[in-house]
Amino acid sequence: MSNSGNPNSSDPAITSQPTLLTGAETLWATLVGEGVRDVFGYPGGAILPAYDALRKFPIRHILVRHEQGAAHMADGYARASGRVGVAVATSGPGATNLVTGIANAMLDSIPIVCVTGQVPSKVLGTDAFQEVDITGITLPVTKHNYLVSRTEDIAPALREAFRVAQSGRPGPVLVDIAKDAQQNSAIFDFEAAAPAPYRPHPMLRADSTSIREALDLLRTAKRPVILAGHGILHSRALEQVRTLAERGQIPVACTLLGLTAFPASHPLNLGMMGMHGESWVNQAIQQADVLIACGMRFDDRVTGSLATYAPNAKKIHIEIDPAEINKNVRVDVALIGDLKEVLETLLPLLPKRDGAPWLDAISAMKGDAAVRDIQQLPDNGHLYAAHVMHDLWRETNGDAIVVTDVGQHQMWEAQYYKHDRPRSLITSGGLGTMGFALPAAIGAKVACPDREVWVVAGDGGFQMTSAELSTIAQEKLNINIAIVNNGYLGMVRQWQEFFYDKNYESTPLLSPDFVKLADAHGIHGAHVRKRGEVVSTVQAARKHDGAFLIDFHVEQEDSVYPMIPAGAALHEMIRRPAGNPLVETASKA
Amino acid sequence: MLHTFVALVEDKPGVLTRVASLFRRLNINITSLTVGNTEREEISRMTIVAEAAEDRAHRIMASLYKLENVLEVDDVGRHSAVVRELALLKVASGPETRADLFQLAEVFHARIVDLAPESLMLEITGSASKIEGLVQILVQSNHKILEMARTGRMAMRRGHHTSRVVEALGDATPHTESALAGKPKHVALDLIAEEDQHNSI
Ligand SMILES: Cc1ncc(C[n+]2csc(CCOP(=O)(O)OP(=O)(O)O)c2C)c(N)n1
Ligand SMILES: [Mg+2]
Repeated sequence: MSNSGNPNSSDPAITSQPTLLTGAETLWATLVGEGVRDVFGYPGGAILPAYDALRKFPIRHILVRHEQGAAHMADGYARASGRVGVAVATSGPGATNLVTGIANAMLDSIPIVCVTGQVPSKVLGTDAFQEVDITGITLPVTKHNYLVSRTEDIAPALREAFRVAQSGRPGPVLVDIAKDAQQNSAIFDFEAAAPAPYRPHPMLRADSTSIREALDLLRTAKRPVILAGHGILHSRALEQVRTLAERGQIPVACTLLGLTAFPASHPLNLGMMGMHGESWVNQAIQQADVLIACGMRFDDRVTGSLATYAPNAKKIHIEIDPAEINKNVRVDVALIGDLKEVLETLLPLLPKRDGAPWLDAISAMKGDAAVRDIQQLPDNGHLYAAHVMHDLWRETNGDAIVVTDVGQHQMWEAQYYKHDRPRSLITSGGLGTMGFALPAAIGAKVACPDREVWVVAGDGGFQMTSAELSTIAQEKLNINIAIVNNGYLGMVRQWQEFFYDKNYESTPLLSPDFVKLADAHGIHGAHVRKRGEVVSTVQAARKHDGAFLIDFHVEQEDSVYPMIPAGAALHEMIRRPAGNPLVETASKA
Repeated sequence: MLHTFVALVEDKPGVLTRVASLFRRLNINITSLTVGNTEREEISRMTIVAEAAEDRAHRIMASLYKLENVLEVDDVGRHSAVVRELALLKVASGPETRADLFQLAEVFHARIVDLAPESLMLEITGSASKIEGLVQILVQSNHKILEMARTGRMAMRRGHHTSRVVEALGDATPHTESALAGKPKHVALDLIAEEDQHNSI
C-alpha cells in the first residue's frame, strides 16, 4: 500500500459540513468518513460515551469476548479485504488485552486502527481507576500512536491514524481518547481534519543506475529465483510479479505470508521456502545465481544460517522499508520503493529469457518428493493431518479463505492446501500468535461475508481464544472450523522430539470435547477419526447453513517434514524417516 | 565507532521517548543526547551520539525516519561539521591553588564563572577531547573535581548546508520576541567571540 488515499469510501452525509458534535460522535463520524462499516470492540467505563453515541451511526459493532479477539478480528478483516480494520476497547485492562493483537499486526505489517478510552484528562498520570499508559505500552508495537485529550483533536488524530496505518509499510496505529474529550463538544469538520500529505520515507531509492544494475543481473542470470513475500499483497503488485516471472521464465519461491501472492497452480511456482519448505525450493535458493526478493524481509525462518545462505547468488532486494535493506542478508542491488512502482519501471526493460535449463534442473531435484498427491495412498486406518488439509483443499476447490492458527497444523495447511486466490490464506507469521485463528476468521468473514471461511486450528491454540465461539453464535456467522487435534502442543512436541531427546515436558494436552463445546454455543459439530470420514464430514459442514466445527482426531506424534533446524543451513534438512506411509519419500537427504 | 546524528523532530510530547526507545530496542547505548529549540518554533533539534558498529548507521537512520515525528536525520559524523560540548566543573580550591587553576583556565580557554572560598567553577566549551584534556590535567595536578556536568555534543554541518525537508515546509515561523526576552545581548556576543577563538582548532 504505497498510496495515502483511502480505498474505503466515505459517507457524504456525515462529512459534508462542519457541525457541533460531542467527541464521541466525532469519533464515529470520522470513522464513517474514513469508510469504516464494521468495528470489533468491547465496552467499559472510559469508552462508554463513545458507545452511547454508536447507535446514531451506520456502523456494525461486533461484540467480542476478549479484546485480544477484537485486535485479531480487525487484523483478519484487514488481511481479507485490504481495508483498515478497527478495534475498540476501554481503558486499563481493555487496552492491555489488545496488546498481543497489536503486536501481531505490527510484525505482519497489517493496517489496523485501535481506539481506546482513557481516563479523563484531568486525572491522567494519577493511577486513576483503570488507568494504564497504553500509548507508552504500545509504543514499540505500533507504527504510531496518539494520546488525545481534547475534543477538537479527535478527528485530526483519527484521520492521521488511518493515513499512517495504510501508507508506506502498513501497520497498527492506536488512538487513546480521554473520557472528557469524548464527552465535550467541538466543531467537527471532516475536511479540515485531513492529515498532512503522506511523506514517503526519504531514503527510498530506485534510481536508473540501480534499475540498470538489476537488469544486468537478470539478463545474465542462469539460475534466478524470485522470492515472493507479503509485500506483493500490500503493494497490490500481483500482476507485476507474475509478469516478471513469466517474461523472465523465473521460478518463484514464496514465504509463508507470500503464499497467496502467486497462484499455487502456476507452473513457475515452486512452493514455500524456509524452515518447512520443500527440499527442492530451498535447494533452488541455495543454488541460485540471482535472487530477486520482492516484498520480503529475509526472516530467520526463511534463511536458516545466514553464513551459508544462497552463497553464490547476487541478491536484488525490492523493498519499501529502507530499514530492511542489508538487515539480515547483504544485498547487491537495493531497489527501495513501492514494489509495484519499481516493477513497473523495470518490466518494460526486461527482455524475454529462456528459462528451460534451470527449470528442468529444479524439476529433476523434485524427484519423487514432488509426489505429494496423498489421495493415492491407501487408507491404513490412520488419520494424518496431511489428509485433512488435502481433502479440505479438494472439497473447497481451493477457493476458501483459510485462517490458520500457529503450530504444526499451520505448516501442514501451507504444504497441502493449494491457494490460487490472493489473500485466501490468513495466518500469523511474524509473531506466531497462538489463538489468532478463530478471531481472525471472524474478521475475515465480516469483511467478506460471501466467501467460504475455514478456521484451521490446533487443539492448543484453539483453546486460547475459543470464547469467540460465542461471538460467532451471536453474530450468526457462517464459519467452518477444523480442529487438528493431536493431543499435544504439537510443534513444541516436535522440537522436543528432535532436539530434546523426546522429553515431552508439558506438551501433552487434555482438551474438552470440542463438539460438545460447540454444541454449548448452539454450533453444530462432528468428530472425525478415520480418513474415510473426512470428505463426507467436510461436505456436511459446507452444506450446513451456519457455523460448523469438526474435531479431527489425527495421528498424535506426527511431525512436519522436511524441517531445517533453527540456525542450520537451508539445505541441511531433517527428512521424513523412511518407511513412513506418508509422501515426502525422496531418498536424497 | 561513535556515530553522531542530527535529527529534526516535531516539538510534541513523547517524541524524545520514541527516539530513545528506538535506540533501546536496537540495543544501542546512547553516549549523549541533546535536545533544544531550532530556528522554527514547531521543530526541535536533537544531536544523538551513539556507539555502534560502523555498518549500523544505515539501519539507525532508516529506523529513525520510520518514526512519524522525525522530519530529517543527518549523519553529521560523515561530514565536515562543528561539534561542540559545554562542561561545568566545580573544583576544590583554596587561596593557595587558585592561581594554578586560573592559569589552566587560560590555557584551555575556559572561564571561571563562580568563585567561592573553597571551590571555583570552570566553564569550558569545545570538542570532547578538549574537555577531557582539561579534566585529565586537573586530575593529574591533584585538583579535586567536586562536580562535573557535561551537555553532550551538539553538531552542525559547515558551509551553506541546510535541511531540505525543513525548507520544503516553507518560511520559518519566526520566534516571538517574548521567547528571546530576558536573554541579555552581551552574553550572546560573548559566546560568539569565544566560539571564534575555538574554531581555529
Ligand atoms: C501465544 C503463544 N504461546 C506459545 C507459543 C509457542 N508455540 C508455538 S506452536 C505451539 C504448539 C501449538 O499447539 P497446537 O495449537 O495444538 O497446534 P499443533 O502444533 O499441535 O498443530 C506452541 C506452544 C506460541 N506460538 N504462541
Ligand atoms: Mg496440537
